[in-house]
Amino acid sequence: MFPTPIQKSAIFSQASYRIVLYLTLLIWLMPIFAIFLTSIRSLADINAGNYWGIPKNWVMIENYVQVFSTTPMLLYFTNSLLITIPAVIFTLILSSLAGYSLAKHRFRGNFLIFAMFIAGNFVPAQILMIPVRNLTLELGLYDTKMGLILFHAAFQTGFCTFFLRGFIKELPHELVESARMDGASEFEIYWRIIIPLVRPALAALAVLEFTFIWNDYFWSLVLVQGEHARPVTLGIQALRGQWTASWHLVSAGSIIAALPPVIMFFLLQKHFIAGLTMGAIKE
Amino acid sequence: MQFTFWERNQLRLAPVFFLAPALGMFVLYVIYPIIGSLWISLHEWDGIGDMIWVGFANYIEMFEDERVLTALYNNIIWLLFFLLAPPLSLGLAIYLNQSLPELRIFKSLFFFPFVISAVVVGLVFSWFYNPRYGLLDVLVQALGYEPLALLSDEDLVTFGIIAAAMWPQISYCLILYLTGLASLNKDVIEAGRLDGAEGISMFWNIVLPQLRPATFIAIVVSVLGALRSFDLIAIMTQGGPWGSSTVLAYEMVEQAIFNYRMGYGASLATILFLILDVYIAWFLYRLWKNEGRRL
Repeated sequence: MFPTPIQKSAIFSQASYRIVLYLTLLIWLMPIFAIFLTSIRSLADINAGNYWGIPKNWVMIENYVQVFSTTPMLLYFTNSLLITIPAVIFTLILSSLAGYSLAKHRFRGNFLIFAMFIAGNFVPAQILMIPVRNLTLELGLYDTKMGLILFHAAFQTGFCTFFLRGFIKELPHELVESARMDGASEFEIYWRIIIPLVRPALAALAVLEFTFIWNDYFWSLVLVQGEHARPVTLGIQALRGQWTASWHLVSAGSIIAALPPVIMFFLLQKHFIAGLTMGAIKE
Repeated sequence: MQFTFWERNQLRLAPVFFLAPALGMFVLYVIYPIIGSLWISLHEWDGIGDMIWVGFANYIEMFEDERVLTALYNNIIWLLFFLLAPPLSLGLAIYLNQSLPELRIFKSLFFFPFVISAVVVGLVFSWFYNPRYGLLDVLVQALGYEPLALLSDEDLVTFGIIAAAMWPQISYCLILYLTGLASLNKDVIEAGRLDGAEGISMFWNIVLPQLRPATFIAIVVSVLGALRSFDLIAIMTQGGPWGSSTVLAYEMVEQAIFNYRMGYGASLATILFLILDVYIAWFLYRLWKNEGRRL
């Protein structure tokens, strides 16, 4: 293990290690404490200029109730769910099909197609912006959830295909060969053999993609205008414009917006990290 | 035995069926738009009327556009600071790579910023920097200095935004390095210890080489993050004051959406795309070197 375990050092350095650790964590999480404290601060506190101190009276629930009752936050939140979940599912379908083929079929242009998926992933969003916006307009999907779903699914397919191809390639080839001998069709092999075996990879991708798509700001800005399709990220920014003085409400809204990916992360941390670090461990 | 056409040719035709949906979507939403943008960049276009061919005029105009030069300069600053994220995270990762009982949950708390939306990060940091109520100025004034008003100061604003952006970025690289450290080869470390390697020499000669894959990814995502920075600028300053915090990605959107100059916007996007292409080529080359030859 590197570095040497702290348990092997003197009591004094063990204690100072802990002190520095706790302090670092405290500073690191300061922005989160700040926004959380503000979200349970009363309007009286805000008006009195008590922005960063300990709240005088704690309003644990009122601000949150008020966000839902006086702002369209509930609509934004639902929109985000209705955009993110279908987009993740669609991405996983597209990329597992493509990943299987790229991993287990031999044909000309295989590496070229694979390279294209990877390269597309690194492209800056701005080079896609104008044509994607026009395309979405022409399809009649501008300012709809479907417009965002289709774009996210298409774009994220690049990364997911890259990931799944790597994962499927590691599976023993004999598995596929013997199924073919037994007369299984390619689709049966995909559905009955490959998919069950790559379930952990699919879980990892699902968590990761959920976070990416949920947190997207740019594409919502480009493809959505009105409230009916506006996701939380855009919603918070809109709230901030309308409620400049109501820090407590905007904070409560932000906490709500941040919650789903945070919960996902804590519940499925193992999968999340596996997805993120694939390729970072071995080349 | 008689085989139908499908049974005989299944293996050869299967790739078409498996790849068509993903490829179709990808071509429609990624490949075709890239070509579309390159084409638009050679025109003057307000997005509604006719496109007027102007050749490379948009690209020539850029060189005299002070906002674009500022954007480019700011992108370089972003890049330089973002390249500090991998070493800083590595330091933090080594510090955290202990087996105290509370560290399990602490590590997750350190990863926290990475899953939070840029909108929320931008919001907190904007408040933190707010000249009238912000915590930063409370601290600065407590130390006896003039209030800073970081986000309205032309010289400091970019650094303020970068500081906010570094928070999730360090946490991203931290995840990579902690995973890397957890999968170090224990035998090699022990052998090194027996040979008397310790501290710096152990780190430099034995640990760092094993962390190469993590370092590679950390650098890739940091460079990408720096060059693609958009969200925090849009949220915290809208490129202001007076365009002093703009970057290429932001300037592109500003021109295309707010000034209705699609052609000029597309040419800015093209420049950003070309810069990133160098990078993509390098990444693909490495990948090809590792496995491409076997295909």
